[in-house]
Amino acid sequence: MALSTEEVLAGLAELINDETGIATDSVQLDKSFTDDLDIDSISMMTIVVNAEDKFDVKIPDDEVKNLKTVGDAVDYIVKAQA
Amino acid sequence: MPTLTQATGAQFTRILAIGAARGDLVVPNADIVGPINSSDEWIRQRTGIETRVRASRDVQAIDLATDAAREAIEKSGVPASELGAVLVATISNPVQTPSMAAVLADRIGATPAAAYDLSAACAGYAYGIAQADALIRAGAARYVLVVGAEKLSDIIDPTDRSISFLLADGAGAAVVGPSDAPGISATVWGSDGSRADTVGMSNTLLAFRDGTAGWPHLRQEGPSVFRWAVWEMAKAARRALEVAGVEASDLAAFIPHQANMRIIDEFATQLGLPDHVVIARDIATTGNTSAASIPLATHRVLAEHPELSGGLALQIGFGAGLAYAAQVVVLP
Repeated sequence: MALSTEEVLAGLAELINDETGIATDSVQLDKSFTDDLDIDSISMMTIVVNAEDKFDVKIPDDEVKNLKTVGDAVDYIVKAQA
Repeated sequence: MPTLTQATGAQFTRILAIGAARGDLVVPNADIVGPINSSDEWIRQRTGIETRVRASRDVQAIDLATDAAREAIEKSGVPASELGAVLVATISNPVQTPSMAAVLADRIGATPAAAYDLSAACAGYAYGIAQADALIRAGAARYVLVVGAEKLSDIIDPTDRSISFLLADGAGAAVVGPSDAPGISATVWGSDGSRADTVGMSNTLLAFRDGTAGWPHLRQEGPSVFRWAVWEMAKAARRALEVAGVEASDLAAFIPHQANMRIIDEFATQLGLPDHVVIARDIATTGNTSAASIPLATHRVLAEHPELSGGLALQIGFGAGLAYAAQVVVLP
């Protein structure tokens, strides 16, 4: 069953915490991966690959460039699950 | 019609000795951060590189290749005149022809050995080891010299933030010969030209000649390369262990192409290597030398851990083309 926006956000926050140590409650939908969370492109790709496994979705390299905010990533994952 | 005679060679092969030559200039991050508006911390955090070695203007890749080859030949005890083939993996030969290998063969006294270059970028050395093994077992040569040699500082753009700041100059060489016991496993290798744009030259020499583009330099889509280099190459590495008939716990060393420390660390995590496996991290002070990086890293591992001689190493090269090759070898 597809997960809700809140459930994907919580799961993504755990993955971000695992990779970067950023507190899960700092991971909010309006946060920019680069400007607010200071996540570099290599960590971003690690998070993406782990998110593919966790949520059973495909996130192609070309799409990763469009995921500017946590909300962008959550929306993409929620839609990809459908 | 008479029956043709076809050659057969030794049943098994191994690497007999390794030689190394690094660029003579130690280039710290501080020397290159200006044009990329960066910092020592930024480079260390993203790449694990503290310094890289580059060669002076009057030192060419062929000079580094010659030094590395001479060391490998001397350590192997095989006279250069006994080499049946000389293979040079390189992407930085400043001329298209003649091959660096033919000139190298002459310099080291191996003429008239068969000699040719191979272009498989960062996978070049592992491709060369696969070829050397095949040539010897096919009876096409008894001893083969495999060299990875690069002067990448000739094909960088100091303002490029994608790869130039990683790149370095060096050469590593291996003498491969017949063996009483298996010393080089089957190679797991391949390529994917559909992703040729992911890493490679910025433009052609023709565009430079015609004034429509600058001097060609290496560039890459870093995040895409990272994803491929870790998760796809981990699959290739596991297949290499499988076809070699060994487990990760049987390894003495893991010697991946020295592309980026973040790739090396994540790769090792994905493979789940036991703590006793020495992981080559030559990149920290040498930088990324493309085809030269695996033999240079092997040389350092053996210098720092001579007790690993005779142990098994998993080596894997991966890079432009997207070409890759992985094999398990017995360390000389």
